[in-house]
Amino acid sequence: MTNRRDFIKITAYGAGAVIMGGGFFQALKAFSSPEKAGKLTVDFTRTPTYCEVCFWKCAGWVYKNQDGSIWKIVGNDEDQHCNGRFCPRGTGGIGMYYDGDRLKTPLIRTGERGSQVFREAGWDEAFEYIASKMQLIKETYGPESMALFTHGSGTVYFNTLMRAYGSENVAEPSYAQCRGPRDEAFLWTFGEEAYSPEITDIRDTRCLVLIGSHIGENMHNGQVQEMSDAIDKGATIITVDPRFSTAASKSKYWLPIKPATDIALLLTWINEIITNGYYDKKYVEQYCLGFDQLAEHVKTYTPEWAYGITTITPDLIRKTAREMADAAPAVIVHPGRHVTWYGDDTQRVRAVAILNALLGSWGRRGGFYRPAKLNVPSYPLPEFPLPSRVWQDAFPGKFSVAMGVVSNALIDASIPENNPAFPVKGWIVSGTNLINTIPDQPTTLKAIQNLDLLVAIDTMPMEITGWADVVLPECTYLERYDALRISPHRKPAVALRMPAAGPMYNSKPGYWIARELSKKLGMEGYFPFEKQEELLDWQLKQIGSSLDEMKKAGVKTFERDADDLYFMPDEPVLFPTDSGKIELYSAYFGQLGFDPMPVYTPHEEPPEGFYRLNYGRAPAHTFGRTANNPNLTDLMDENSLWVNPKVANLWGLSNDQYIWLQNQDGVVSEFPIKIRITERIRWDSVYMVHGFGHAQKQMKRCFGRGASDTQLITRVMVDPLMGGTGMRGNFVTFIIEKADREVAS
Amino acid sequence: MRYGMAVDTRKCVGCSDCVVACQTENNVPIGYCREWVVEVMDGTYPQLEIEIRSERCNHCDNAPCVRCCPTGASHVAEGGIVLVKPGKCIGCGACIASCPYDARYPHPDGYVDKCTFCIHRIKNGLKPACAAVCPTKCIYFGDLDDPNSEVSVVLKKRKSKTLIPEAGTVPMLYFLI
Repeated sequence: MTNRRDFIKITAYGAGAVIMGGGFFQALKAFSSPEKAGKLTVDFTRTPTYCEVCFWKCAGWVYKNQDGSIWKIVGNDEDQHCNGRFCPRGTGGIGMYYDGDRLKTPLIRTGERGSQVFREAGWDEAFEYIASKMQLIKETYGPESMALFTHGSGTVYFNTLMRAYGSENVAEPSYAQCRGPRDEAFLWTFGEEAYSPEITDIRDTRCLVLIGSHIGENMHNGQVQEMSDAIDKGATIITVDPRFSTAASKSKYWLPIKPATDIALLLTWINEIITNGYYDKKYVEQYCLGFDQLAEHVKTYTPEWAYGITTITPDLIRKTAREMADAAPAVIVHPGRHVTWYGDDTQRVRAVAILNALLGSWGRRGGFYRPAKLNVPSYPLPEFPLPSRVWQDAFPGKFSVAMGVVSNALIDASIPENNPAFPVKGWIVSGTNLINTIPDQPTTLKAIQNLDLLVAIDTMPMEITGWADVVLPECTYLERYDALRISPHRKPAVALRMPAAGPMYNSKPGYWIARELSKKLGMEGYFPFEKQEELLDWQLKQIGSSLDEMKKAGVKTFERDADDLYFMPDEPVLFPTDSGKIELYSAYFGQLGFDPMPVYTPHEEPPEGFYRLNYGRAPAHTFGRTANNPNLTDLMDENSLWVNPKVANLWGLSNDQYIWLQNQDGVVSEFPIKIRITERIRWDSVYMVHGFGHAQKQMKRCFGRGASDTQLITRVMVDPLMGGTGMRGNFVTFIIEKADREVAS
Repeated sequence: MRYGMAVDTRKCVGCSDCVVACQTENNVPIGYCREWVVEVMDGTYPQLEIEIRSERCNHCDNAPCVRCCPTGASHVAEGGIVLVKPGKCIGCGACIASCPYDARYPHPDGYVDKCTFCIHRIKNGLKPACAAVCPTKCIYFGDLDDPNSEVSVVLKKRKSKTLIPEAGTVPMLYFLI
């Protein structure tokens, strides 16, 4: 009997076919009971939720089986984020709930920090422990010596807790490790950020330009859907990527750029568009500031100059500039999302923003629309105490443009010799696995060893929980209420998350955790509602709805106040910048001593025998947080290392061979990674999906599966403007045999 | 009435959402699947092409799995949908061996399982779970006998192919190219 795996190997593998989803792995722990499998079930109830598997937060419905167990999750047709269609991660979100490796009860450390020796504790005892340590830190160092690292829905509660306690050190790694440079670049050009979900009007665009953005591999749902609509309508896609991404395979033009040279290409495009008069003259005249300086600045950046740097032919550069101009203003040079690459990232995304401005796409159909966000009042809380210090005081003169809190700076500030005057002594870490999120792991671990308190709040035993003093098990999003989802979109809307089932094990919702802890600290006035649903009902009543209505609808969409999705012709627009105009030339950057317009600087190249480590995403996973999800591991249970056949030949590598990687600083990957030989990657780089190579044994499905890119990113190029951690300047070589070889069982 | 499906390879990004939605909708045990995604790459850097296909049972007009089934468990239901009656299946695996698309798998409960085109959903006027969930809307489904169904319309408009046509199975799963 042949199985599917063998069949594909015989018929197609040789031709370059790869099975991406599904397979005949023997299930380790199939949670479908034999009686249930294959039997059709009838939905008796459905409850609304919005997804927590990624930050896109699609609204959907949770359906249950007759016995009350959770059956499936599907999209809510009324939701603008998903239009009734969840992505694989959202559909597989039930795996988060059913994962038997979840954190089950509070834990208090009994061994050395990091030794992973804990005892089970009750919630009250855990809170007592945390509160007493927090009081001690406040008395000894001041409340400003506590910090919160956070991601996801819990942010709002633990932020309130920190502010009430007296600290503004609340960092989301989504800023300095991801979106920060983009948000600052757009803010300092248009006066507005690109938002989340992005305000890209992809469904109506005629030309979509992706610079390292791998839409389709990153399943940012609405964008993937709209890119598909754009393909249907015959839009031109231009993809700039050293790797032949899925998006590149859907593109009319793929520019296989040499890594780290994007700014050279962008400046050349700007020059082409100005020199050939392709730019939107009326738009630039009416809305932009600094055009003459820009024209002067870019005039030497010709396609021939760029060819030698980017390896993109002059003809292709000219053609693609012309395509953008022909489509303008229905053109999007996409701002990207994870943009912390080389340390000059704010400037690179500034070049993207400037290009959009010249093409007149900001505020225009098929370019960038004007978002609308529902105004939902917050419940009035007592004033927060005013901290006597803020995190930036530890870094005088640095990161002056940062609007967000820089997580890596807070980590640096936790190492006494870096920061004797302002020591950070306690961390609460909620919903973010700092060990695999922040590059340069040795620094993070050193900071941790200097703490007086580390509390980790998560649903899964992620690496960070192994270093904690107290571990608090949060229940999953399917078992709790959370704050209303009020994201900007084409129309203002609100979405509700409510529990589909009660919390499993001894896990608890984030709101409850924050409120109970606030009681121990004498700050319960900041959490006036015992139950979160009372707060939600109060908020919903302020906007003419109610909890009961939202339980039935899940999502409520409102009309815009005015018909102003795009700029009207000749509309006088006051941009929220210093000058009220789109700033092609940033006088403010100049005053701070930075380049007022983006400049190309060559970056270091890999030495002989080394390859640039590039990383990205797979549609089945959200970073490392889904790595142990049984439904999603079934699709992809390890990452592989993409290697060009020429390189593989040089090293004698073969497909499916396991090797280790060593970076420029001598760091060797803890686990081996499987080789995938493919023409889809350049010979100067290798590529892997981020979020694998977990070292936490309690996560049985993902422990030791694949390699961790974060572990190999020890050289960090910090963006001087806003503190973002450039992570793509690391080079790796192959280790075929390793003496102390340890392969996960 | 003849149900058929067309998958647009130009829009499919290979996310495998169809696989997960099928698993949860039909309680397919973890570790097994009724559908899967294949990616075929051709060319040399930087002249490359990729075709991505969401594949499943082809619900063939001339289905070898039905012909070779010794108990009649494999049968053709209304609308040409090829189904298995678990109670009649003895798990001999003849159908698995005969299917050129390898679209069937042995269910741990001792019978052979496969795609049903979500017959329980289409009876209620819904699309199969894979077509309903697909973020790129690349899966078209409907009655091939109805010239106005979405699948007939898209097959008329676009060039398409079937897999292994030389096997003579007459598949009802088309790929838009």
